[in-house]
Amino acid sequence: MSKDIKADPAVPADGDPYGERIDEQPHRDATPHAESGLSEGAESVGTAATGGAVSGRSASLWSDAWKELRRNPLFVISALMLLLMVVIAAAPGLFTNQSPRACNLANTVGRPQAGHPFGFDIQGCDYYTLVVYGARTSITIGVLVVGVALLIAIVLGCIAGFYGGFADTLLARAADVWFAIPAILGAIVILSVFNQRGLFQVAFVLIVFYWPVMMRLMRSSVLGTKEVEYVDAARALGASDVRILRRHILPNAIAPVIVYATITVGIVIASEAALSFLGVGLQLPAISWGLMISVSQNRILQDPHLLLFPALFLSITVFSFILLGDALRDALDPKLR
Amino acid sequence: MARYLARRLLQIIPVFFGATFLIYAAVYSIPGDPIRALAGDRPLPASTIEALRDEFNLDDPLPVQYAKYIAGLFRGDFGQSFRGREVSEILRQRFPVTIRLGLLAFAIEVVIGLLAGLLAGLRRGSFLDNLVLVSTTFVISIPIFVLGFVAQLVLGVRFGLLPVAGLREGWVSYVLPAMVLGSVSLAYAARLTRTSLVENLRADYVRTATAKGMPRRRVVGRHALRNSLIPVVTFLGVDLGALMGGAIITEGIFNIPGIGREVFVAVRGQEGTIVVGIVTALVMIFIFSTLLVDILYAFLDPRIRYE
Amino acid sequence: MTTAARPEAMPATPGTGDLLLEVSDLHVEFRTRRGVVNAVNGISYTLHERETLAILGESGSGKSVSAQAVMGIIDTPPGYVTQGEIRYRGEDLLTMAESERRAVRGQQIAMIFQDALTALNPVYSVGWQIAEMYRVHRGSSRKVGYAKAAELMDRVRIPSAKERVKDYPHQFSGGMRQRVMIAMALALDPDIIIADEPTTALDVTVQAQIMDLLSTLQEETGMGLILITHDLGVVADVADKVCVMYAGKVVERGPVRDIYHNTAHPYSEGLMASIPRLDQKGGQLHPIKGAPPSLANIPPGCPFHPRCPYAREVCTTDHPPLYDVAPRRQSACHFWEEVLAGGN
Repeated sequence: MSKDIKADPAVPADGDPYGERIDEQPHRDATPHAESGLSEGAESVGTAATGGAVSGRSASLWSDAWKELRRNPLFVISALMLLLMVVIAAAPGLFTNQSPRACNLANTVGRPQAGHPFGFDIQGCDYYTLVVYGARTSITIGVLVVGVALLIAIVLGCIAGFYGGFADTLLARAADVWFAIPAILGAIVILSVFNQRGLFQVAFVLIVFYWPVMMRLMRSSVLGTKEVEYVDAARALGASDVRILRRHILPNAIAPVIVYATITVGIVIASEAALSFLGVGLQLPAISWGLMISVSQNRILQDPHLLLFPALFLSITVFSFILLGDALRDALDPKLR
Repeated sequence: MARYLARRLLQIIPVFFGATFLIYAAVYSIPGDPIRALAGDRPLPASTIEALRDEFNLDDPLPVQYAKYIAGLFRGDFGQSFRGREVSEILRQRFPVTIRLGLLAFAIEVVIGLLAGLLAGLRRGSFLDNLVLVSTTFVISIPIFVLGFVAQLVLGVRFGLLPVAGLREGWVSYVLPAMVLGSVSLAYAARLTRTSLVENLRADYVRTATAKGMPRRRVVGRHALRNSLIPVVTFLGVDLGALMGGAIITEGIFNIPGIGREVFVAVRGQEGTIVVGIVTALVMIFIFSTLLVDILYAFLDPRIRYE
Repeated sequence: MTTAARPEAMPATPGTGDLLLEVSDLHVEFRTRRGVVNAVNGISYTLHERETLAILGESGSGKSVSAQAVMGIIDTPPGYVTQGEIRYRGEDLLTMAESERRAVRGQQIAMIFQDALTALNPVYSVGWQIAEMYRVHRGSSRKVGYAKAAELMDRVRIPSAKERVKDYPHQFSGGMRQRVMIAMALALDPDIIIADEPTTALDVTVQAQIMDLLSTLQEETGMGLILITHDLGVVADVADKVCVMYAGKVVERGPVRDIYHNTAHPYSEGLMASIPRLDQKGGQLHPIKGAPPSLANIPPGCPFHPRCPYAREVCTTDHPPLYDVAPRRQSACHFWEEVLAGGN
């Protein structure tokens, strides 16, 4: 569970998501990379990696990545699945003509049957309709939390990485403090401070626990980009700090953070479900996959369909985000290009 | 080495106080009056309320309350719950259960995770490698409470292999929950080990070792392996603390009386001292295990030692 | 296409000893997702005792890959030696069993890598890494291994070698680290040392020291030395003969003096023009135009023709064979006479 909330501790302080800098795709090996000394072949295989103009560097990184992505079946599959989830979340009415609130106690825990493929929950509500409406909560929470946390992480990470010194130390210690608190327990405590827990309260708590990892990642990425010659050149030309950060550092430093953020959307969705499952996340009458499992947890051993369908959708969504992040990393990893 | 350790120790101080203070502040801003909650419907005499408020320093400003609490902590006094139980006694009762669960999960994580990661890394692109990659992605994607229920259903109920819940059957009762608790960590550990090994097998010094005429076994076992384990050890160290702090869901599903359940009940009952006590203990476990990792890290990587 | 490989066309430098190494018609390719990369396309050379061969070329010319093929340390996959022979004292290394080959590696043929910081294992002391040679190949005890390591470090002129045996690579300066690499290569008294850009990562003054050390050690031991470099200036004093490589092929080879004074191939000419020389006061430096070709897509005809100032119609279609230019000297240029006549 700690993993659900605090994301993965596998992220080293100065590293990258999963600490997996190398390909996860076994078949994408082969090109001997520059540092290995087998460079001779590789250097001329890739495009003229070193020759590119300053401004073209990040642009070609992303456009090359896009070319790479389009050919990656894992990317195509995960992107299509997520597209479907987003459509379901935006317009659940397209997928079911029933209301999630139209329930009939007579149908309580009814098994899947014609017209009701997922069966009924304890209240006798159509489970398929509930699952469809649950997508909105998950997608909203995932995107909201990661969006805000990413913004915080980019701003603070740039400050820490670019200016160093006291600001850096302060932010590093602040992040350490958050790491030291057991995430799930911390979340429980903070959530119990609120009288009412809706989407925003849950999102707030998740943001609180997710920004430090991304901030660290951003910081180390900025550090790595800061010392490059073209930044020195821009500085020598009298560019302001903000301009250097925005035009030169950010576009090149942001790739690993974007990869991590993509994966984190999935992890955040799982975290919301976990908190709702524990009864400290969303409250009824909200519709959330985690809450659905929570409400029926005492009946799961007898009526597995109550677990199966929300769990399936939840897992597929999380899985797609992780897959998408993996594909993105493979495409963006400059070591392999 | 001494300087390195000294710096690490210094860094612990703000982390310890920061983390405990945050939790302390959060716990005591939970709405509602704990004394009222304790009394329930029966009205308490004003003098009793006064005495209780005084005993728990409830009328002091927050920083003073916190300072008094920390001072007590250094004397080994975790305070009392509103219902008059010694928090240290609760910790003594509950922690061993969670520690046993956490350690077993950790053992499963280390043995299976490392083994799977090493085998996958050594045979990159093989069927086994793909199997490890796909299965770990699945494990990471499936929320742990779903995993818990599925394990319970399949291994416990359907096949009756392992006890489903509770601790009545001794250490065997821990096996299923520990497998569930350790599963996600195991997946991360396997992936990290694999990546790290793959990366190091391509390193220049590995090529040097081959060029020196070292047998493959030695090239992998002595040269690549030790370097590969450095990030894995870091992960495992941080994870040991996280496993214990994160056992709450597993404990709930498998009905195990550890600290997770205790915290849960305590938050509901507004038993602040219990919550703070448990979280403080967990923060200390976290700090201790990261310190252990730092020492191990210095041992594994001389570049740190002679920093 | 190319004339058949003729290593005998490049006989021993006078004053050298037995034939140690004979590479003929070596081909190496990398099979990548983006296609096949032809890193080495039929190179041949010989090396004798006490002889120093410089293999010269830009990055991407196949010079390092060919050396790795000799060592047998190319990762397969993606790299494959597809053709050719590598004979060490008459025996073909490529057809040997892996165990026999491993016995040659490090003991008879040793290698020095470019960047000693990454080429040495960061987590073991340099003494441990040198001693490993004795412990694994000779079964020596730990104590003997360390003692020999200290001797070797002294021999490559690392100050207070005895005290530094237990130090780690990152505690040494770049030059000292490279000496450690040399000591390690020297450990088992090999017949051949292959040095892959041994001084590229170092300061100019340190470069000269390392080259001096290598040539002194060569005099002491009588070993054959292969220096792989992109900078003829660094090896001109040390080398006996040169192979200039371009796009995985030898384009010119011969005694170092001859080539240094007057090149017979436009590519080597370009290389010479791009290094600063004391005998060309006031002259300009002329870098070669364009970039080396992609080894996945080598141009037809002479691979150098897109960048060549001498190029004509025939160069785009016919691959030039290695023409005999002078005794012990060859050039793969249709117009070698013109190039030779044109001076540098």
